[in-house]
Amino acid sequence: MSDSTPTATPDRPEALPPQSSPVDPAVAGAVGKGPAHGSGGTGQLSWWRGDGGEGTRRNLGLIGVLVVLILIGIATRPDLYGDSSWVWNNILTILKLASVVGVVTVGMTFVIIGGGIDLSVGAIVALAGVWCTTLATQSYGAGGMIFTALVVGMCVGLVNGLLVSYGKLVPFIATLAMMVAARGLAAQISGKQTQVSDNAAINGIASTSLLGIPLLVYILAAVVAAGWVLLNRTTFGRRTVAVGGNPEAARLAGINVRRHTVLLYALSGLCCGIAAIMLTAQATSAQAAMANLYELDAIAAAIIGGTLLSGGRGTIVGSLLGVIIFSTITNLFAINGLSTEAQNMVKGGIIVAAVLVQQFQFRSFTQFLGRNRLTTG
Amino acid sequence: MTQHSRDLSRRRLLFGGAALGAGALLVGCTSNEAAPTAAQTKAADTAAGGNSTPGKKVTIGFSAPAADHGWLAAITTNAKAQAAAYSDVDFKTVEAGADAAAQRAALSTLIAQKPDVIVMLPHDGKELNAAGLEAMKAGIPVVNLDRAFPDALAYRLQIMGDNYGMGVAAANYIVAQLKAKGVSTPVIGEIPGIDSLELTQQRSKGFADTLAAAGFKVANRRPAEFTADSGQQAATGLLQALPKIDAVWNHDDDQGIGVLAAVNQTGRKEFFMVGGAGSKKAMEDIQADNTVLKATVTYSPSMASSAISLARLIGQGKGMSDLVELQVPKEIVLASETITKENASSYLKLGF
Repeated sequence: MSDSTPTATPDRPEALPPQSSPVDPAVAGAVGKGPAHGSGGTGQLSWWRGDGGEGTRRNLGLIGVLVVLILIGIATRPDLYGDSSWVWNNILTILKLASVVGVVTVGMTFVIIGGGIDLSVGAIVALAGVWCTTLATQSYGAGGMIFTALVVGMCVGLVNGLLVSYGKLVPFIATLAMMVAARGLAAQISGKQTQVSDNAAINGIASTSLLGIPLLVYILAAVVAAGWVLLNRTTFGRRTVAVGGNPEAARLAGINVRRHTVLLYALSGLCCGIAAIMLTAQATSAQAAMANLYELDAIAAAIIGGTLLSGGRGTIVGSLLGVIIFSTITNLFAINGLSTEAQNMVKGGIIVAAVLVQQFQFRSFTQFLGRNRLTTG
Repeated sequence: MTQHSRDLSRRRLLFGGAALGAGALLVGCTSNEAAPTAAQTKAADTAAGGNSTPGKKVTIGFSAPAADHGWLAAITTNAKAQAAAYSDVDFKTVEAGADAAAQRAALSTLIAQKPDVIVMLPHDGKELNAAGLEAMKAGIPVVNLDRAFPDALAYRLQIMGDNYGMGVAAANYIVAQLKAKGVSTPVIGEIPGIDSLELTQQRSKGFADTLAAAGFKVANRRPAEFTADSGQQAATGLLQALPKIDAVWNHDDDQGIGVLAAVNQTGRKEFFMVGGAGSKKAMEDIQADNTVLKATVTYSPSMASSAISLARLIGQGKGMSDLVELQVPKEIVLASETITKENASSYLKLGF
């Protein structure tokens, strides 16, 4: 499945397909103009001007936002930020807070780039979490719990994918139905109770640190790295961009669009399964109402990160930055003791601002946007 | 190409087999055979001539929101169990669905069936006031469980927990402990539940008012959503914002599981915590005395059992036997009690 790095030509290495795969010349056509990957400037001198460097520019903008948020934190709570051990601890806290939503967002980014949407991620996290903390599952130990969460997550994602691609349901409707149904099943299994996890190994995932860095942060890093490689360095990733950019062209190019769509939703479900283990470990319990509205957090983070809601464009690094920005805002409001009402308003404002800025700054994409269903992004 | 497709079909077979096996294994994993928590009922008094001697047959209609939380689940369980304890009660339950509109619809079908009494826990007292009025107009007495109707004509009996009093009780415990330790300017944190709910605001007001009377105030307040995972996140934020804490009040013991997890994950021990609602696990933790949780203030779902008992009396036209009045009173507000290590054992049977 995986191709090596494309043989770069001087001007547009990103848009050029790997030479080895027969489908890829057409993929480039399906993708259209300048797919921006989060590859962080692939050695191009003109990354700040060329189409290929667009993702890099966008991500630098997000890092700018992050710096501003941290500066606000330093300005408002100089007493806390004066303590270097507290600052290090705070960075880890922000990353830990971002870890669960971050893993979900990686899967969500793939689905959105592939032209879909997954509204059921929060519900899948809850279902996988509840399923892996039933007494029967807990009796199999940590391995059984992890296996259960991953398989449940992937299977639910698989059902989503089958409904969307073979059942020809609109992704919004199929996953909306799954959101309701999966929470219902979770409530059924848990008997509407909070299920406490007694497994020390699972609970330890949230409290263990290696070399001073929490295990949760390593998991996030691993998932993000795997997602980045999958999106940018494999045919699977290129097909995802192609399918999302123009499914018809992708189909004519010989990509099995339907099967690919199924795989994308299964991938999202798998990410939810991983997130379910992390969240269960953090809360040392699971219940049907857990991971409430994570779908919105994940979609918002992906959009802020520059993923086009109509598909065909997006970066993993951008999505990660989006998640970290949100958890930094949460942290900023917490350390200043401000209300969550104000926090939610700021979050909403940032989502709108991010999309407005993207529309304004990337006029060259107007034509590309016009061809898709959702021009407003 | 043929080689390719043969590979694919073999892969498919392997995948299919693995999927089937995993599926079979997983379905086996849904069983959850914990001994269910005993419902909080009052056994029928054996004394002859008491109120519990079987009387006129009473049909009680019951409606409560679909439970996604331990407390709500306990409400429904308790109501059912209490009704089953009476031989002269016919118990009819309608699912109230996900919101006020769904509950309104469910209630009108219930009213059409003409039960003798309706017991309901409304999604929102204000929004379902009209439904209460409608039932009362149809001649069916309404027992409102926990979420008050603004209109006095909309109910025959209101039985509620004391949200404000819960805050007062928590603050009183914290103030007493801190005074005993001689802390003059304590750092107090608060982790409420869903902040937009009136009950949360009342709890927080009772807490803040009582602390203010002692000259203390809440240093930081991070709302969660009554779930363990949101409690964990809110607590992590709170602990990060306050490097040194003296006391924390967490409004809800279900979300408290997550709050305690966050406390353990950060290894903080310098403060003590008070819980809320009174879950079984919280009481056990208090008894074991090995966490920061030292007390919890009750908001007991046992009120559902009492509501059913009182609804039966209303249906039979009887009063409460210890009172002089011949009819059941119109309003009952339960006191919020403070459970500590000393008295936890006597409350354990009321934990949910």
